[in-house]
Amino acid sequence: MLSYLIRRLLLMVLTLFGVSIAIFLLLRIVPGNIADILFDSAGLIDPAEKKKIVADLGLDLPLPLQYWQWISGLFRGDLGFSYVSEKPVIDEILPRIPITARLAALAMAFAICLGVPLGVISAVRQNSGLDYALRVVSLSGLSMPSFWLGLLILMLFVNAFGTIPIYDRNPATWGAWFTMLAVPAAAVGFRSSALIMRLTRSSMLEVLRQDYVRTAKSKGLSDNAVTYDHALRNAVLPVITTIGVETAFLFGGLIVTETVFNIPGVARFLVEAIRWRDYPMVQNLVMFIAVVVVTVNLIVDLAYMIVDPRIRYSE
Amino acid sequence: MAPVLEVSGLSTVFHTRRGLVRAVQDVSFSVNAGETLAIVGESGCGKTITALSLMRLIPMPPGQITSGSVKVDGTDLLQLDEREMRKMRGGKIAMIFQEPMTALNPLLTIGRQIAEMVMLHDNASRAVAKTRAVEMLHHVRIPEPERRAREYPHQMSGGMRQRAMIAMALACKPKVLVADEPTTALDVTIQAQILDLIGDLQKEFGTAVVLITHDLGVVAETAQRVVVMYAGRKVEEAPIKEIFARPSHPYLRGLLNSIPRVGSARGLDVSPDERLQEISGIVPPLNDLPVGCAFNPRCSLANDQCRAERPAFELKHGDHYAACFQA
Repeated sequence: MLSYLIRRLLLMVLTLFGVSIAIFLLLRIVPGNIADILFDSAGLIDPAEKKKIVADLGLDLPLPLQYWQWISGLFRGDLGFSYVSEKPVIDEILPRIPITARLAALAMAFAICLGVPLGVISAVRQNSGLDYALRVVSLSGLSMPSFWLGLLILMLFVNAFGTIPIYDRNPATWGAWFTMLAVPAAAVGFRSSALIMRLTRSSMLEVLRQDYVRTAKSKGLSDNAVTYDHALRNAVLPVITTIGVETAFLFGGLIVTETVFNIPGVARFLVEAIRWRDYPMVQNLVMFIAVVVVTVNLIVDLAYMIVDPRIRYSE
Repeated sequence: MAPVLEVSGLSTVFHTRRGLVRAVQDVSFSVNAGETLAIVGESGCGKTITALSLMRLIPMPPGQITSGSVKVDGTDLLQLDEREMRKMRGGKIAMIFQEPMTALNPLLTIGRQIAEMVMLHDNASRAVAKTRAVEMLHHVRIPEPERRAREYPHQMSGGMRQRAMIAMALACKPKVLVADEPTTALDVTIQAQILDLIGDLQKEFGTAVVLITHDLGVVAETAQRVVVMYAGRKVEEAPIKEIFARPSHPYLRGLLNSIPRVGSARGLDVSPDERLQEISGIVPPLNDLPVGCAFNPRCSLANDQCRAERPAFELKHGDHYAACFQA
């Protein structure tokens, strides 16, 4: 168990190292830096001034040195300064994290709470009208991009209530807080819920054919006990793995949804930062997202070990 | 003595895309307390479906029990509603399966899987049920039952798991135990141990056992009475001694001839043409049975009558029944 954990943590460090190089290089490959953008958009034309900005920001240094500056800073807890706001990156990111974290957690909770039970129902009533309906809905969930779904939801709100849920930093009530986040969370989580539903359904159908389910029935257990206690316990194993993978996809959905719903979270901020080629901002934000995704996957694997005794003891 | 299990006229069909599959047709037998009845036949002869029909575990649809009765202690299981049937399953009639490797839930401890049964049928508390589970494991001669009860199926060997299965099935002292090929998946040495165990527990609890098997060796060791099935029907029924001494149906004779004997295969004092006999041909598909006796295409004795009408299942001599014109 301990050796497994240590191995996983080492692997995690290696993954993050790879990610850091990828982010760093990709950002440099994107044409233009902040100086170019300032000159193009703000109309600054003095080449000497441009050169000074480039030198000030250290953009003329060789790439390995720039990389070293970033990483060594990271280890010292110094994330650098934003090119745009000139404030410390950490001060820009930290206040935005809770907003996105809440949204992401709510979206994931929505996906699981909707996906797993509906998947079970769909499997238990295989080939019924309900099953077909749920399968069509889930297919649409997989095929609809979340930004488009977000726009549809906004239009629906406008038509039905004449208003849309506006983000408010200090909502008056818990109810307001919930509805303000719930609608965008549903828009992001719908895709994941559809995936989880389909996976639960197929996994459940597979498990319901197993011998031990027949054994459970032969013991005289009720249908519910057989379905939930014996079958679902086995069927959620692959679903748990998917939750880890889906976390990564969730960020993609969050970026557009935060933009559509005008929520000042990390994800939308990232898009802003990329537009300005704000290297320290983008590098550290993507690194942060990578840390979150890798950590969630580690937690998922550990959870898997707790649920499945076969993995726990195979060490 | 009144039989504990009385099956009469049991028929089970499956509605499939390739038509109606008559898996079990008009099967009747009865078993007394403490007695073992063996149901013998090749794969696909309907013996497992018979076992599952007794438990009402046939997936419906596509399966359907079309007629007959299955009386346990006088109660017809086929007339019960699903709730009453659940009380019977595990409580009065329990089953053990062929594959001990897959028949236990991999995510639950052995102890819990046995205790679950006790809690359900005896209304026992969790603590009492756990104690009972350990007792049962001790009963089926699993060493260190306290520790084993906390283990998961994958930590046990096949023989051990089958013992745990038996412990589970007998935990509520059912009147009838249906054992579907309980030793097929096990090593030969373990097979004998498991059969002994079932026999001993049967004596102790007075359980009536229906043993489903294709292994006539197993039958000889354990059963008092034998039913031979072919293509979903009974073709022969007799006490164990009769079966081996005077097999009357050509199918049973074929089965007995197909058992290798020590010496014969080595070619010691045997002529080369005395090779292991087999029954030629294959079991007919159950949705497309031949006219007349279902065995006629494979039978060396078959005549025009066999090919035209189905022989009745009738008393041939003593306590020996068969469905054959030639017997």
